[in-house]
Amino acid sequence: MTQLVASALSKRFGARVAVSDVSFELAQGEVLAIIGPNGAGKTTLLSMLAGGLAPSSGELRGPTARGVGWVPQQTAVYSKLSVAENLRLFARLERAADPGAAVARMLEQTGLRERAGDLVGSLSGGNRQRVNIAVGLIADPAVLLLDEPSASLDPRQRSRLWEFINARVATGTSVVFATHDIAEAERYAGRLLVLADGEMLFSGTPAGLGAAEHEHDLERAFVSFLAERGH
Amino acid sequence: MGFVGLRPLLGKDLRILGRSPAMVGLLIAYPIAIAILIGLALSSSPALPRVAFLNEIPPSQATIRLGSEKINTTRYEHELFQAIQPVPVNSEAQALADVRSGATIAALIIPPGLPEELASASQTAYVKVIYNGNAVNQSLVETAIESKLAQANALLASQLSHVADSYIDLLLTGGNLSFLGSTYDVLGLVDSRTILARVIAGLPKSSPVSARLKAVENFAQIAVSHLGGSKQVIGAVAAPIAVRQQVLSGRRTPLNNYAIAIAVAVSLMFVCVLLASGMLALEREEHTLGRLRRGLVSAGLLLTEKALLAALLGVAVSFAMLCGIGLFVPLGWGRAALWLVAMLGGGLAFAALGVAMGALVREVRAASLLALLISLPLIFLALVPNAAVAAWLFDVIRVISAIFPFKAALEALDAAINQSQPSLLVALGHLAALIVGFGALARIALRP
Repeated sequence: MTQLVASALSKRFGARVAVSDVSFELAQGEVLAIIGPNGAGKTTLLSMLAGGLAPSSGELRGPTARGVGWVPQQTAVYSKLSVAENLRLFARLERAADPGAAVARMLEQTGLRERAGDLVGSLSGGNRQRVNIAVGLIADPAVLLLDEPSASLDPRQRSRLWEFINARVATGTSVVFATHDIAEAERYAGRLLVLADGEMLFSGTPAGLGAAEHEHDLERAFVSFLAERGH
Repeated sequence: MGFVGLRPLLGKDLRILGRSPAMVGLLIAYPIAIAILIGLALSSSPALPRVAFLNEIPPSQATIRLGSEKINTTRYEHELFQAIQPVPVNSEAQALADVRSGATIAALIIPPGLPEELASASQTAYVKVIYNGNAVNQSLVETAIESKLAQANALLASQLSHVADSYIDLLLTGGNLSFLGSTYDVLGLVDSRTILARVIAGLPKSSPVSARLKAVENFAQIAVSHLGGSKQVIGAVAAPIAVRQQVLSGRRTPLNNYAIAIAVAVSLMFVCVLLASGMLALEREEHTLGRLRRGLVSAGLLLTEKALLAALLGVAVSFAMLCGIGLFVPLGWGRAALWLVAMLGGGLAFAALGVAMGALVREVRAASLLALLISLPLIFLALVPNAAVAAWLFDVIRVISAIFPFKAALEALDAAINQSQPSLLVALGHLAALIVGFGALARIALRP
């Protein structure tokens, strides 16, 4: 079942084109990785999918903003509120049917129950990112969008993060994540979307990108693919 | 979307404020400190400047005689001592030393020849004032002494006018004049003219003496008429100009009460502008603005919440401050409801300005700095009197004061506290327009 359809999405900031004519579909339970060099338009595309940025042109069909969980690259929670207070606030703003139950569920799923009363400002970077993700998932969204979710995490924290995300995927949640880590994209994504200078250059499986470049190593294939297209 | 998210957002911001002890401490301490300072300043008499005082007039010569009037010069000392705190010294050298050491900020010396100079009534009598220290101190003493000297001069002029009156009366109607121990009987111009008229009537009309006496009689007639009028002229010279006050547009506020309105407006502005700009900038600093703005909370609701929170806290702080001032200075408590209305209007306008600033910057520190940089000049500009600067510059200041909320808030508070003009309703209308304007500006600045 298709969860999200983006048709010819574009975003311009004045004369600068950040995203140009991007189209794709996202199936239920699918994990899609958006990769590309710096300034490719990954965050802009995710912001449009999240409903935080209106497209300049094109169409987006899918769940409403409340049906889409958004985990921005930088931790977007209140450092002077506790873990539980942050979750409760966003549960109420997301109009969760039972905010208390939603908070308890997310504390359990993220393993933060012991730290529920701690101020977010006092947590480690990894735990703060877990709170960030828990807020994105508080309304039990059908689609989860993550912008470089493991950028500030050590390998052990990264592994735990993906265990958690995969558990959600197993229940039917669709995931779109942007990353610079090609190995992470290859390991966890069923499909890649390559962006450069706002243009979508490739949409397919990691194996498909390697095959196109006759490379077993996906990172080398990705670099070669971009170089051939002048990026 | 409506106002569904308002309560959780307000609760969140209050909780964050509650966990910022420095901020809460400042919010509590600020009105208390300002209220105490203003209360003490308005309820206590100002301290008189300490001035070294040397009176070199020998006690035996303190009373001078002008005609039949006796004038005691010590009376004028007392006038002067109402404006200064005199520190008696024995010599001019000691007076100078006191001023140089800073023990006194000036010295006032009454020279021994003052009674003679006054008694001569033909030359100006001088007192000597020595200043030291900065221009403000000098100006303070100068103003105090000059003001009291002006009063003393007026009293003296009045005494001299009485002396002149008595001489004119003597010339006109006659009487006894004591001079150098002898008493003389003065005939007076009126009686002289009467005697002359009788003498002329007894002389033959053709007598050459009659014509010459007639000329003297005419002179006496003219002198009687004009000397009589000169008494009024001398009386007017003794107090040439007096003040009759007329207030044109409605009621004006005494300076002390206006100071209360200024103090409340300044507190309200700082609390509201700093809180509103800071709380909105905090959303950017914590990166939560993007999360809220993706359909959870509308820009309008977010701005309303910040402005409402800042305005309510600003009103609470300012009202507490006004209550504190009320402990020292009598206030019209029957108008307390109007105070709150004016405070709320001003608070919302200041908060609207604050959210506009907060929407423009990305950090709390930058928002606070911007708030201070804009607020402080607004206070000074709103208090510039129109005669203090060139007309074109005052027009510019008036425009700037009109497009920012301080002046309008001050007028609203002045109207609410002191029943001054323009009316509270006019000031509230002005504030409402500014709320809409700055709200729209904030809305534009918050666009993704």
